Amino acid sequence: MRIPPRAVHVGMLGILWSVTLAAIGTLIWIIGWVLWHGLPSATPHFLTSMPQDSGAEGGILSVIAGTLFIILGAVALATPLGVGTAIYLVEYTRENWVTRVIRYGADCLAGIPSIIFGLFGYVFFVITLGLRWSILSGSLTLALMSLPTIIRTAEVALRSVPQGYREVSYALGATRWQMVLRVVLPGALPGIVTGIVLALGRCMSETAAVIFTAGTVLPDRIPTSPGDSVRTLAVHFYLLATEGTSESQPKAFATAAILVLAILVINVSAYTLMHRFLARYR
Amino acid sequence: MLEARNLKLWYGDFRALNGVSMSITPNAITAIIGPSGCGKSTLLRCFNRMNDLVEGSRTEGEVLFEGKNINDRRFDMTELRKRVGMVFQRPNPFPLTVFDNVAYGPRIHGLASGDALREIVKKALQSTLLWDELGEKLEAPALSLSAEQQQRLCISRLVAVAPDVLLMDEPCSALDPMATQNIEELMLELKKRFTIVIVTHNMQQAARVSDFTGFMLLGDLVEFGETQRVFTAPRQKKTEEYITGRYG
Repeated sequence: MRIPPRAVHVGMLGILWSVTLAAIGTLIWIIGWVLWHGLPSATPHFLTSMPQDSGAEGGILSVIAGTLFIILGAVALATPLGVGTAIYLVEYTRENWVTRVIRYGADCLAGIPSIIFGLFGYVFFVITLGLRWSILSGSLTLALMSLPTIIRTAEVALRSVPQGYREVSYALGATRWQMVLRVVLPGALPGIVTGIVLALGRCMSETAAVIFTAGTVLPDRIPTSPGDSVRTLAVHFYLLATEGTSESQPKAFATAAILVLAILVINVSAYTLMHRFLARYR
Repeated sequence: MLEARNLKLWYGDFRALNGVSMSITPNAITAIIGPSGCGKSTLLRCFNRMNDLVEGSRTEGEVLFEGKNINDRRFDMTELRKRVGMVFQRPNPFPLTVFDNVAYGPRIHGLASGDALREIVKKALQSTLLWDELGEKLEAPALSLSAEQQQRLCISRLVAVAPDVLLMDEPCSALDPMATQNIEELMLELKKRFTIVIVTHNMQQAARVSDFTGFMLLGDLVEFGETQRVFTAPRQKKTEEYITGRYG
């Protein structure tokens, strides 16, 4: 017997609806659950005081500071490299085996488990270069890790700038670099910024690569030099949750809540920023 | 001024120009007509070497600009394109303000800044009658203008770098008849100061505005001469068939 198309349509609509609802619902559930358990302990005092007793008491101020320094450092190092590479790939070469190798390399880099990056960072930055467990080692390692994200998003953003703008720019006698600087980059900026923010978020939630390179020492003061060892939010949560006592569990959840909130804030602000930027050109 | 000598061009294995020779007269409008795919745009783009941007294109023969071959490796592309400018088929202002669009050329060539730059922009906008029309709206986004205004803005942007030659690639094909008429009147005004080469699929347009007309077919320049003569007494049978609408 043939099922009436109308019934199939309604049935499929129902199924797709429930699937979508399940996907979004799960996300909301997870975030809600973390916030529900974490927010009550995430008091202003928790945010603004130094940790005590291995994190079981006190707050996470030094952890927040350490996280910020590491991720900002990572992005500051990776952005010029990544965007530069993307500009080279899109504007300065035609498709050939070199560009394919670079692109393939970036994709491979993206597929490497973060713990491998951690191991490499430990062996190369921490030991060989003698940078020890420090913000610098952590930033360098995370920079390598976020390179593929930044390269690929910047590449897509650059390619999305209409070819016509490049033609006009050339037709007016602009050099390649003038064209890139004045026409292509401004047009691609929202996309590039989005990629950078995505990278920020990934760095923020990274644990394995950071444990190996920035250390797990819980500082009782705000780090003052790139050589200081720090513990990031994600690592702090991981250690409290796995090695802490039952007394430190509320602190673990509070840390997780702050981490989730921070990533939400980063993403939302990037989104609004991008839209405001785009609106200027409409 | 500009002269093509036995110009041949390939896109990959496809030969788009089969040895075209033509000479462009200064301060006149030269129209290139012909059916789609005849190579008229390709020929136009040889005059400012825009075909270089097309992957797999290859050129043979000479294009002389003030007696120098622009196909020569040593010829400075920035200088060439500063002096031989191009208006495209679709109005393509940058997603910037009106002012920044017109100022783009002078800025990249370091021609002027501050008040001098404002003056250049003003003159350029005046030359296309946009100045009075837009009034104080120089900070408006260029993309908010009408299609015709955008095309005139693109012409202003070009005029601002003070080129010698304006190449126009079907500049009215995206415009309505009224707008087309306005652009045509503008062209007649501009030819006092510039040498204009226009590619058009619109024979009436060529007949109305141009002083010289070249008819192209399948990569050959079939006929070239004064517009009046080409349209009233074509020497080639193919030309006659085309302008009487037998194919197109």
